[in-house]
Amino acid sequence: MTLLDFARGPALYAATLIMVCGLVWRLTGVALLPFRRDLAASGPNAKGRVSGALWQVVSRSFPRRSFLGRTMVTVTIGYAMHIGLAVILLGGAPHILLVTQATGLDWPALPKGIVAIASGVTLVSLLLVILRRLTHPVLRLLSNVDDYLSILLTLIPVLTGILLAEETLLPYETLLTWHILSVEALMIWLPFGKLAHVVFVFAGRAALGARQARKGALQ
Amino acid sequence: MSQKDTLGQELSRRGISRRALLKFAAAAATSLALPPSFAPAIAEELSKARRQSLIWLSFQDCTGCLEALTRSEAPGIERLIFDFVSLDYQETLMAAAGTAAEDVLKAVAQENRGNYLLAVDGSVPVADNGVYSMIGGRSPMAILSELAEGAAAVLAIGTCAAYGGIPKAAPNPTGAAGIGALVGGKPVVNIPGCPPIPEVLTGVLVNFLTFGKLPDLDAQGRPLAYFGTTIHDQCYRRPYYDQGKFAKSFDDAGARQGWCLFELGCKGPTTHNACASLKWNGGTSFPIQSGHGCLGCSEPDFWDKGSFYTSLSGGEGPPWGAVAGAAAGGVAIGGAAAFAARRARASVERQLAQEWKAQEDEA
Repeated sequence: MTLLDFARGPALYAATLIMVCGLVWRLTGVALLPFRRDLAASGPNAKGRVSGALWQVVSRSFPRRSFLGRTMVTVTIGYAMHIGLAVILLGGAPHILLVTQATGLDWPALPKGIVAIASGVTLVSLLLVILRRLTHPVLRLLSNVDDYLSILLTLIPVLTGILLAEETLLPYETLLTWHILSVEALMIWLPFGKLAHVVFVFAGRAALGARQARKGALQ
Repeated sequence: MSQKDTLGQELSRRGISRRALLKFAAAAATSLALPPSFAPAIAEELSKARRQSLIWLSFQDCTGCLEALTRSEAPGIERLIFDFVSLDYQETLMAAAGTAAEDVLKAVAQENRGNYLLAVDGSVPVADNGVYSMIGGRSPMAILSELAEGAAAVLAIGTCAAYGGIPKAAPNPTGAAGIGALVGGKPVVNIPGCPPIPEVLTGVLVNFLTFGKLPDLDAQGRPLAYFGTTIHDQCYRRPYYDQGKFAKSFDDAGARQGWCLFELGCKGPTTHNACASLKWNGGTSFPIQSGHGCLGCSEPDFWDKGSFYTSLSGGEGPPWGAVAGAAAGGVAIGGAAAFAARRARASVERQLAQEWKAQEDEA
């Protein structure tokens, strides 16, 4: 069995199961945690919990105007990276093909050039994220292994993916092998580190929004 | 043609001019990735070369390799190279059978000991003492060991001989193995393919007759000149791959326009062979040109690499039942963790309640 066979076979099998099990474990564990009953009366500006949850999911996706001057760089890099990743994952023909072969779902791919530009933007953004984390005095103190590992495990698949799409530097087979293996490493780490924000970010905002809405504290 | 005749004498007898030999030598030099300036030297050496003894053994094979090589449509000197080789033993082609054939084999091996080329097609069953493919009461492994010892070099022809091929596919009941894994101490060149390209064998023979050695090999033991690049790199449909134009089914508009077959499972990007450049039947076509993706037949274990119709960007992920099982496991672990957290919290609350009650009682 070659390394590529391993990557496309047993490793993909195991990584998928670990990711699914880990994500469900984390979500279930948080969802079933004991919550204190809210015994206080509703505030004067109370709103519905569902609308509060939805509002918070959307509103927290935009930067606060009062902090915009200080957070502009972070917000811009963050948006560039996340939009780039979405374009790569949802618009790249090989990725759609993977989903189609696994689930039967299919949608049109974006032109290769657009995905290439998105990949470049994402890669540069990720490099800037690391650079900022290493050079910013406060951010550096707040960072731990989880932060750097999560960024690296996102960066390597993007880098190998760009090289694979352009078929440059190394043979196609080698690049394909390392691209798939790096994605599988990302899948395995995803539920257990800060990358778990993939699912927790919206769940957390919704829970907070519902609570704040009842208290009339939603902004 | 006698054993002492040279190829030059044989070509003259057949009316093949030196100019034609030079053209063939130039083509051979190109296919062997040698500069064109080597052509006169190759022609000179070939014309002086004496008839090479070749012993051909067939083990667990389908005879497809031999069919491809002997039915090669190449009418020129390529064919004569095959004629020039003294094929001293080949069970399918020789007239002799039984004990007479075995006697020929013994005599030829003895007479040319240390000089003959040993060609093998088919894999060798090593399980249960090779009982699955006995020849004249002997196991393939015993025959191979004996003849490889006296050979100048061993040619593993076809994927079965090179890597075990289809007989080695899981669960491999016969314990099939490729020649390279079984023969030690002798140079072995793999010429894989299901079947291999006739011109590749010609090239290897020309290299051996000209330089007295086997050509340079890649990590899989294949001649670099023919297996150094992937089919994808030489494919005439490659521009469509670069443009992102893929056939989605074998009969859609893309397929009819000759678009890339990557999404239909073509293994060209990971398969090393010369199919896209040399092609088959005198350069007429090759599988991708005929509208079907490459199966990757010249790579080890190609039969066990999943569906021929799963694209390389896909893979053999888990079935939905296993995914559901993993999710259920996640629910169980998460539920247990939450339950443990609730119990810990209840314990703390009980303790706090007791402390408050004690304080109230004191007050």
